[in-house]
Amino acid sequence: MTDKAAMQALARLVPPGSRVLDLGCGNGAMLDYLQRERGCSGYGVEIDDANVLACVQRGVDVIQLNLDEGLAMFDDNSFDVVLQIDTLQHLRNAETMLRETARVGRTGVVAFPNFAHWPNRLSILRGRMPVTRRLPYQWYDTPNIRVGTYKDFEVLATKNSLRILDSFGLQDGEEVRWLPNARAGTAVFHFEHA
Amino acid sequence: MSFFATPQSMHFPEVLPLQSGASIRDYHLAYETYGTLNADRSNAVLVCHALNASHHVAGVYAGQDKSEGWWDNMIGPGKPVDTDRFFVIGVNNLGSCFGSTGPMHNHPDTGEVYGADFPVVTVEDWVNAQARLLDRLGIQQLAAVLGGSLGGMQALSWTLQYPERMRHAVVVASAPNLTAENIAFNEVARRAIVTDPDFHGGHFYRHGVIPKRGLRIARMIGHITYLSDDVMNEKFGRQLREGLELKYSTQDIEFQIESYLRYQGDKFSDYFDANTYLLITRALDYFDPARTHGGNLTRALARATARFLLVSFTTDWRFSPKRSREIVKALLDNRRSVSYAEIDAPHGHDAFLLDDARYMGVMRSYFDSIAKELQA
Repeated sequence: MTDKAAMQALARLVPPGSRVLDLGCGNGAMLDYLQRERGCSGYGVEIDDANVLACVQRGVDVIQLNLDEGLAMFDDNSFDVVLQIDTLQHLRNAETMLRETARVGRTGVVAFPNFAHWPNRLSILRGRMPVTRRLPYQWYDTPNIRVGTYKDFEVLATKNSLRILDSFGLQDGEEVRWLPNARAGTAVFHFEHA
Repeated sequence: MSFFATPQSMHFPEVLPLQSGASIRDYHLAYETYGTLNADRSNAVLVCHALNASHHVAGVYAGQDKSEGWWDNMIGPGKPVDTDRFFVIGVNNLGSCFGSTGPMHNHPDTGEVYGADFPVVTVEDWVNAQARLLDRLGIQQLAAVLGGSLGGMQALSWTLQYPERMRHAVVVASAPNLTAENIAFNEVARRAIVTDPDFHGGHFYRHGVIPKRGLRIARMIGHITYLSDDVMNEKFGRQLREGLELKYSTQDIEFQIESYLRYQGDKFSDYFDANTYLLITRALDYFDPARTHGGNLTRALARATARFLLVSFTTDWRFSPKRSREIVKALLDNRRSVSYAEIDAPHGHDAFLLDDARYMGVMRSYFDSIAKELQA
């Protein structure tokens, strides 16, 4: 989910001038965009050496950390927005990290591949795990160790007392607000802790 | 082969007050510079050295084989810290034994060798002395201060003592203070030196002897802590020095690692000064910027305005990643600009001096971004 339209759709959830923590920030493109276009500041968190290097190259502040070790380094409410864009599906302790996201940020934005997108359902009906543009891996080599749906996240958010401020699907860079659980490859949730 | 470096020396007749309340005057600082200072004097990078290094950071001395500076892989034309773009300064710290005034030089009042009377110097004192050298070189603000290990402590201290005189701090394999275990290692090394019968309370120069036994053991224990268990096993394992048969001797060298440590100890005791070893390990022990803030590092670092890059190495148990993360956290608490790379290198503390593509890549990129700032 690196295309520009999707990035801009997510960036709209980040108020101008926000202090942002981007968990699993990849090559730093999102933070770079938020800093240049929306006057934001903040840090990325990454585990991957090549991504850390890419962030340093583009002048984005990055902290090399394994998110599965928690966010002890960050204080409560120390950021306006904490982003988890295509990160949740790689986390062993996805629920803990969701709570940590809500603790560290005044608001959180989580985006992840929606497994209930109709082409995935179709593939399962045919008896095979989906291999799509959004989920391009075979079942035996996928780095996505957590697969969930738009609806699943609603349940998890409620369980953890998160107040959902907005949620929608993303498909081809466009917001999907009608039947997002079936019609969008990506689920997006904007929330705050209650 | 690298470029040619030329050591220089600057004399400071004036008094330098020291943290201990003592002072020193009429001292020299040995230093080297590489590259060219630009017209607006904004491209200077100060490199601070660790325990057994010096102002000879990069390049070679004409006519001397194997005289590469201690960070020659990092600094030079086209290197990560590119001397085609930066004016790099290496300074030998006060109390060292490589050219700057130290315990083996004469006290200006008595004309006698300082020996044990050389004043205790701290990281803060070194930073003050470095700042005076920069005054004399006409450099008001540094593009960056860079150091590894004890050198990283100096870079960190710079951000607190002279926040307005620097824009970036690059702190590699360092710590906000030493742990008890770390002080313990230093103490073993110091006891080895001061209990050597040739030490003579630090005035061994008068007796025409050198406490080499103590220095050897100090170096051996230091060396063990700079490596990782894995690297030592890979390099030496349980290899015997000679043949395949055990000698069943308690005093002869049996294992390769013993031979290696003895060699390192011998080499070190030939060139390093015993009083310098005591002074520098003490400076390491004393460094603790949080101490005057009730142990609160966040409050201690509130003064820092520089942008930071911190680097640590996963197998470094003497200056572990955990310690670097404490600095990162204190900077985050203060909302300072900081990047942190944790390099999964096998070489222990020594990794900061070695080539690792990821480490070198991060350093190069960071200094590239500083260079871009200079052009903007």
